[in-house]
Amino acid sequence: MTFSPQLEARFDKLLKSYPPGRQRSAMIPMLMYAQDELGSVTDELVDEVARRVGVTPLQVNEVLSYYSMLHRKPLGKYHVQVCTNISCLLCDGDKLWEHACKKLGIGHKEVTADGQISLEEVECMGACSWAPAIQVNYDFEHFVTPEKLDQILDGLRKKA
Amino acid sequence: MPDLVKLTIDGKAVQAAPGTLVIDAAKMAGIEIPAFCYYEGLTLQAACRMCLVEVEKMPKMMTACTLPVAEGMVVRTETPQVAQARKYTLEFLLTNHPLDCPVCDKGGECELQDMVFRYGAGESRYTEEKVHTPEKQFSPVVFFDAPRCILCFRCVRICNEGMGVGALGVIYRGVLSEIAPNHGDHLECDECGACIDICPVGALTSGIYRYQTRPWEMQHVGAICTHCGDGCKTTLGVRNNRIIRGNNRDHSGINGEFLCIKGRYAFDFYDHPERLQAPLVRKNGKLEEVSWSEALDTVANRFNQIRADGGTFGVIGSNHTTNEENFYLRKFAREVLATPHIDHHRTGDVTALVDALSGKTGRMATVADLYNRKAVLVLGADLAREHPLLSFQIRANYRHHQAHVYAVTPGPVREDKYAVASVRVASGGYFAALEDLRARLKAEPELVIVFDDSFKGPDVHRLVEFGESLGIPVRYICLVDYSNSRGALDMGLVPGEGGMRLDEMLAADLSALWVVGANPFKGTPGVPGSVARKARFLVVQDLFLTETAEQADVVLPAASAYEKSGTVTNTTGEVQRLKRAINTMGAKPDLEIMGFIARQMGAAGALGPWVPETVFAEIRRTVHGYDIPLPEIDTGGAAPTTPVNGRVTEAGGPRPDLIRSDHNGLFASGTLGRYSKVLNSVLEGRLDR
Ligand code: SF4
Ligand code: SF4
Ligand code: SF4
Ligand code: FES
Ligand code: FES
Repeated sequence: MTFSPQLEARFDKLLKSYPPGRQRSAMIPMLMYAQDELGSVTDELVDEVARRVGVTPLQVNEVLSYYSMLHRKPLGKYHVQVCTNISCLLCDGDKLWEHACKKLGIGHKEVTADGQISLEEVECMGACSWAPAIQVNYDFEHFVTPEKLDQILDGLRKKA
Repeated sequence: MPDLVKLTIDGKAVQAAPGTLVIDAAKMAGIEIPAFCYYEGLTLQAACRMCLVEVEKMPKMMTACTLPVAEGMVVRTETPQVAQARKYTLEFLLTNHPLDCPVCDKGGECELQDMVFRYGAGESRYTEEKVHTPEKQFSPVVFFDAPRCILCFRCVRICNEGMGVGALGVIYRGVLSEIAPNHGDHLECDECGACIDICPVGALTSGIYRYQTRPWEMQHVGAICTHCGDGCKTTLGVRNNRIIRGNNRDHSGINGEFLCIKGRYAFDFYDHPERLQAPLVRKNGKLEEVSWSEALDTVANRFNQIRADGGTFGVIGSNHTTNEENFYLRKFAREVLATPHIDHHRTGDVTALVDALSGKTGRMATVADLYNRKAVLVLGADLAREHPLLSFQIRANYRHHQAHVYAVTPGPVREDKYAVASVRVASGGYFAALEDLRARLKAEPELVIVFDDSFKGPDVHRLVEFGESLGIPVRYICLVDYSNSRGALDMGLVPGEGGMRLDEMLAADLSALWVVGANPFKGTPGVPGSVARKARFLVVQDLFLTETAEQADVVLPAASAYEKSGTVTNTTGEVQRLKRAINTMGAKPDLEIMGFIARQMGAAGALGPWVPETVFAEIRRTVHGYDIPLPEIDTGGAAPTTPVNGRVTEAGGPRPDLIRSDHNGLFASGTLGRYSKVLNSVLEGRLDR
């Protein structure tokens, strides 16, 4: 399997960042960066990463199925994660989640028909002080209200 | 030896070596700390929290399974706080557990059941719906019922560490975590069933045993696996004259709890529909069922006739029959039939090894040596496929003692993963490879050399010369294929002075050929009739109508290893006892069949009683090296034979060309393997994909 030169360079750097024999430590970042490029973690990618870090595909699968930010199916161009864990919940994060579902007509880990936006209900993202919080791809949005959420989603639609 | 650490557990003064875990130190003091994930010999997991104990000066309760002893440590294992922790842990483990104990295979021997019984948690405060996922079939052998799993990781570790396969993992997280196989929805593995056996609950179940019985309805009979030459003890679970399972949970025997698919599941040939249940005699060209007395008379009369006419007998023995049977057969051939033409299919050159080591003692390695000695050199064989127990022992030796493993083989082997040196050789290249390794081998404190039929005759002598020239203590294992291949040699199923070898007998115009438990006419695969019988009268004793039996004049249905008593000798020369587990309609043990033939011939007096114990007593008196301690084997253990301390020459000179191993893989076992449903289903499953 081949990747873009940029990604290959990143992989090289990652694999050299750990002491000899500990290359498996590079597994998660490799999966993350590759997912960004490929849109999801494919079977082929699992085998490839396993080969490069020297573990079995099953061991890669163990790790990737544990972490919610690694996805086996392609997501929307903009992946919207709504926190409904305790701090956000106390600040109506659950209502925010319902609002998002209704507005987009999709549910947990689903993608809009045009493939632009996907939704995920997530646990604490470490943004409790600014609850309720959401995350769009790698960016955080704080103190989100239903109105602000509408604006954000409409904005994403326009960008799309 | 370093000073012992002194500590107190439940008020008892305890001493333990540094590094000992509290759970083990307690065990030595007779105090049991409950545990699920802790398993002796495997890496530590600390996943279940069942082993929590109170330790003075430590703020929280500690997991006894990961805590090493320390000087002056004060541990309490039975305080109200500990009892409560155990109860809560159990309550927690039961939140999603289906509690279908009445239909669960494990019910009655389940560690979770036992713990709940002991520590309470009879009531649950959990009112939510339980998470349920349907049962999955990972392979013909392995089924997985996720809701029952308590995530102790024992299965994952035994497969990865014990088997060196790594076919199981845990995917997802939290309440959704579950065991997953290595190839999407199915397993591609050794199908050894170790994961099923080690599972404390009924989450992993076996395709062979599931829903067959309640555990307490079985009787447990210690038998010896009848497949490869490693000689694993398999404890057969028997109910109503049926074998329902094989395992070795009590760790008795040279294999501990290890078994490969053949020892654990491939006992199933015994009730194959094609199993012979009545003797057959050829009448007007066709084999017809007859009574035992008619069949025995036919054989006895004909044998006597040939004796009277001065005809020639050929006798071919078996790699599976007991020492007693082999001994009796040889005596029968030599003393009653007065023939030197006796042989069996030889699978390794033990004779050459014993000969090469003449004058030396204590040079034959045992199964235990592969676990205890500092270095092991594997020559030729792919042990994980052909000798699974030996491979397991070497792996455990590496994991527990960092043994140095050298693999010199034609192809890649499982040992490569942890070997200090892996060398690929073409046939003929062994000695060059050994010379290259000489300096490293010389530097080892001791060595066990394991070799297969790549070394025969003069090569075995050369190998022993090499071993002896290293200047370190070296022990040897000559690999042979089947459960009693070694015993067949030791009992002398080899040609006498002027005697014909197996291949010669097949081609010779004999008056009678008597084949006991072998299939010499199986021929070349795909070439029908590639071996046709020449002998004028052919008698075959076997479980099935094999290619050889099909050509016979008389076929006598024989009992399998699990249907008779006696002793067998494994590839390392260790003798173990078989105990009759079941009786099968129609078939008789080979010893009895031979005894009856002798009686009908009026020759029984010369041979003595055909009772296994009596014959074994004679073996102990007369066969070199077999004067072994009886208590050892009577209590289910193995006693190593001490081979002949002098030259052993073969009549007519050595014929290494006649020695060939079948190189059975994990899912094959010569002719016998063809009649095992479980082995066939695994093979078919592989072909389908
Ligand atoms: S059957 Fe044996 S090899 Fe297969 S997964 Fe279980 S432990 Fe591993
Ligand atoms: S399947 Fe059994 S052995 Fe494996 S983790 Fe679950 S409970 Fe433990
Ligand atoms: S290793 Fe050999 S003796 Fe042991 S269970 Fe397997 S086939 Fe039987
Ligand atoms: S609970 Fe939502 S970010 Fe912590
Ligand atoms: S036995 Fe100690 S945590 Fe499981």
